[in-house]
Amino acid sequence: MATKNNTLKLKFDSARKYAPAPESKAAAKIDAKYDLFINGKFEKPLSKKYFATTNPANEEKLADVAEANAADVDKAVKAARNAYEKTWKKMPAKERAKYIYRIARVMQERARELAVIETLDGGKPIRESRDFDVPTAANHFFYYAGWADKLAYAFPNRNAHPLGVAGQIIPWNFPLLMAAWKIAPALATGNTVVLKPAETTPLTALKLAQIIQEADLPPGVVNIITGAGATGAAIVNHPDINKIAFTGSTDVGKIIQKAIAGTAKKATLELGGKAANIIFEDAPIDQAVEGVINGIFFNQGHVCCAGSRLYVQESVFKEVYRKLKDRLATLIVGDPLDKNTDIGAINSKQQLDTIHKYLKIGLKEGAEMYEAPCELPKKGFYCRPTIFTNVAQSSRIAQEEIFGPVLTIQTFRTDDEVLEKANNTPYGLSAGVWTDKGSKIFNMTTRLRAGVVWANTFNQFDPTSPFGGYKESGYGREGGLHGLNAYVNLV
Amino acid sequence: MEAAPRNAEGMRSIAYSGTAADRKTNAALHKQLKTFVLHLIVTIKIMTDKKISYLPDFTLSPRIDQVGIEERAARITKRSIKKETKVNGLLLTLNMIDLTTLEGKDTEGKVKQLCYKAMHLMDVYEGLPTVAAVCVYPSMVKTAKKALEGSGIKVASVATAFPSGQAPQSVKISDTKYAVQQGADEIDMVISRGKFLEGEYNFVFDEIAAIKEACGEARLKVILETGELVTYDKVRRASDIAMYAGADFIKTSTGKISPAATLPVTLVMLQAIRDFYYKTGKMIGMKPAGGISKSKLALHYLVMLNEILGEDWMNNKWFRFGASSLANDVLMQLMKEKTGIYQGKDYFSID
Amino acid sequence: MATKVLSKKLKTQTPVAAKKATASERLEVLKTYKIYIGGKFPRTESGRYYKAQNANGHTLANVCLSSRKDFREAVVSARAAFADWGSRAAFNRSQILYRIAEMLEGRKAQFIEELCRQNISTTLAEKEVTLSIDRLIYYAGWCDKFQQVLSSVNPVASSHFNFSNPEPTGVVAAIAPQQTSLLGLVSVVAPIIAGGNTCVVLASYTKPLCAVTFAEVLNSSDVPAGVVNILTGKISELYPYFADHMDVNAVVFCENDADIKNAIQLKASNNLKRVIFYDKILWENIDAQSPYFIQDTQEIKTTWHPIENIGGAKAGY
Repeated sequence: MATKNNTLKLKFDSARKYAPAPESKAAAKIDAKYDLFINGKFEKPLSKKYFATTNPANEEKLADVAEANAADVDKAVKAARNAYEKTWKKMPAKERAKYIYRIARVMQERARELAVIETLDGGKPIRESRDFDVPTAANHFFYYAGWADKLAYAFPNRNAHPLGVAGQIIPWNFPLLMAAWKIAPALATGNTVVLKPAETTPLTALKLAQIIQEADLPPGVVNIITGAGATGAAIVNHPDINKIAFTGSTDVGKIIQKAIAGTAKKATLELGGKAANIIFEDAPIDQAVEGVINGIFFNQGHVCCAGSRLYVQESVFKEVYRKLKDRLATLIVGDPLDKNTDIGAINSKQQLDTIHKYLKIGLKEGAEMYEAPCELPKKGFYCRPTIFTNVAQSSRIAQEEIFGPVLTIQTFRTDDEVLEKANNTPYGLSAGVWTDKGSKIFNMTTRLRAGVVWANTFNQFDPTSPFGGYKESGYGREGGLHGLNAYVNLV
Repeated sequence: MEAAPRNAEGMRSIAYSGTAADRKTNAALHKQLKTFVLHLIVTIKIMTDKKISYLPDFTLSPRIDQVGIEERAARITKRSIKKETKVNGLLLTLNMIDLTTLEGKDTEGKVKQLCYKAMHLMDVYEGLPTVAAVCVYPSMVKTAKKALEGSGIKVASVATAFPSGQAPQSVKISDTKYAVQQGADEIDMVISRGKFLEGEYNFVFDEIAAIKEACGEARLKVILETGELVTYDKVRRASDIAMYAGADFIKTSTGKISPAATLPVTLVMLQAIRDFYYKTGKMIGMKPAGGISKSKLALHYLVMLNEILGEDWMNNKWFRFGASSLANDVLMQLMKEKTGIYQGKDYFSID
Repeated sequence: MATKVLSKKLKTQTPVAAKKATASERLEVLKTYKIYIGGKFPRTESGRYYKAQNANGHTLANVCLSSRKDFREAVVSARAAFADWGSRAAFNRSQILYRIAEMLEGRKAQFIEELCRQNISTTLAEKEVTLSIDRLIYYAGWCDKFQQVLSSVNPVASSHFNFSNPEPTGVVAAIAPQQTSLLGLVSVVAPIIAGGNTCVVLASYTKPLCAVTFAEVLNSSDVPAGVVNILTGKISELYPYFADHMDVNAVVFCENDADIKNAIQLKASNNLKRVIFYDKILWENIDAQSPYFIQDTQEIKTTWHPIENIGGAKAGY
């Protein structure tokens, strides 16, 4: 007779721990202090102020970084304007291309250094910064370099003119990659750039500034200035900026749209998300489970397109949930520099507090919480991968972007029901579908209102592939042919 | 019993065609009916023995997404195994090896040498475990059994017209019985891949069940020969059939066909074992065989095992490496770990 | 030519309000200019109206002064119509746009007459109507082609099939160009609906007649109810609702009014509406039509799926 299956359990809690395998920090030379990269040089801030950037894995200070004020922003914009008018705009496109190729190549050469610094500054596992962030960032430059002298083929019957000076503000979840997403297409289309990395993760952008120096890019074409919200606001409000490109929260995106109202500034906004990931009963379940893990726990869940809302067809819910729990048991949370770490440090104290707030809300809403049975390091900001079941569509944890390793699961019965629920959100950045049936895939991918839809996979990115949202997830696309649109005037 | 509809359908088709007067057809029908009834008896017996309350429809075995399974397997290879974890992993690897010789040119002398090696992997290195088993052809079982006496090392024998399996069932059964009589503790059988690929799942199921019966107390490893099954979907289906039909182990390959064991194929099979365990409460062993000759690769397999099935499977009762040259590479790595010096092949004996 | 004769006649015609029946003459039946919501022609719920006048100050008609509630109703019907219209075969949309052009062609005389009453010369009136018809034909042709021009198959470096294609953004609220009665409206509406969106359009305040008559054309052209909703009224009253309604996905504004543009952007940020300004377009020009106008109310969706046995994932160097 059938065994009481519900008592069966694979033993992972006692599973062998792997000996520490830390990546060497030797490759990562971090200066004690970083100035602003303006007009090809590192310049002391007019603000005379600096702030510390810390390693979220152990709360230790890594470096002091200049805090740009409005005067510094103005200086950077002037440098960018000057470079635009005098050099970059006039340069033959094919030469522009070669500069961008150079940047890509130097990034590849200095890949390990960039990866280690990315992990130290941001808390993401070295496996991800080494295998994903850095190579994808370099590939992005490489991809857009080639577009510079081919724009006529991208826009039939129109001439693509650069916009001028682009102000770019990027988040802390993929610091170097987002810098690449912003800078590469802007340069390829003939714009110059003032870029501000996030205040908790400025170091790889500053390394990129050094790489740009090394690549001999004409001074002022790319300016990288550091600071927090006020610096960002100064960029957004600067009258001589033609374009704002922002990746970050929907709230700030709305503020930016308001701030540029009444100006001629163009904008692209890549904002929040609350992606539905849908598993049908005929799906390849083990790959779907892995896709869910990858979808929500990649980069500690600090991913705007994270598959944070899981919908499972009710007939396979038990199986999926058990497999998710088994997989959770084998995820290694800890030192981001350890090559075996799956989930690193939460980027900041503030973000950890936000996540904890939502965990409390979830419990208060009556959802059932399951946390991975792992131990967390004593120091640093860490969060166990967490799954909520018994969640309603109206639960806040199923509606609001948590931006952490927190998954909610709901079950569904029919295609129409799950479509309605999946689309029932102000966001529309991404979605996932898992089924073995081709016709069902296309029904779902066509009707899901989201800018990126992954079928039988999740969280895949590529320089050639446009990325961006519907609805409150923002507008404009980054990556691919469509990513060029954001930086040109068609005449 | 989920298998019932399929069988019932078989019955219906027999009834329909039975209206034809042709005697020849009747004879064929009679045979078909007999096969069906036999399958039914076997099925019921297996289910009673294994305390399985139902048999799944094997055509509905879970589908595997190739890209997804390969990504997962690749991710497992990203684990960095260092220091004491590495040493422990290497020692465990040695202890999981089915030291194998399956050559037409095998002689008693060669088998004896291999058995000596199995017991004395490298005596200068203290505290080494022995391998799990020595794997030979049935004709060599007796020699091996004698050579290994008292060592605790098992003797495994391939059987069932290994490696092709192209022989009548009666021959396969006597092949198996012979090996068991000679003292084999474990039988490595091959499935009839041709029948499997033709969709004759009942045939494959019954054959495994029959061999299992012939094994008596010996543990049965069922070789799927995944290199001939080609797709992961088929590997999964064959794994399910083997486990439900009575396999104690499922095994990737004979080592005679390329590709032999791969990480993704092993992952598919480990997941099948896990699902079977959750459905029935029965543990099934796993044996990747062929193509695993490097320590690093062996450690990837152990990481996979550790993260898919967990601690209960991390021993040679439930996991084996079918390999001939892996042992020496592991020994080299162990020496390197011990001495800190990279090793040369000439310092490790070949048997 | 028939139109010439007609237009001669028209020139002598006196404005509606001034026309009085003498004892022996037949009393002309005057048209009521109503708004168009969900395929029906209601009066504004507000009961308000304004007098559309020509340049000489003659009243042409009483026109609905639509309210925010009319707009709300129109958005409801546009949203209801979106699922069907947006997922129809592009070829079907193409045929329907062509049908609109056919119906407009058949009622050319009526539009010319209305334009003339709004003080446009016959020549210009004829030009505007023919241009409008041709523009509809132009976009009818694009319905099942722009996707091919605006989409891409992306050669990703992993073993996945990946493509990007445009999809309609949803419900579009548009404030039509005010200078023309018909051409501007048609030029703005056609690319929106060609791309599978549904819309609510505010007609020219001073020249509303053709917009209402165009609604009649739409109503007889197999355009499903709610796909195009046409309101008449004041920009200053209605634009805030166009810009801040949370169930509107994009807002189009065609006037060069800095204050309103500013206000629209501010309000649109509530739900991050796409804001599209067509304030420098000369609608009679040939570059006032292109697939790029369709693109303005499209979203690009990228779809990924694994491919067995292609290889890939060898992007390193």
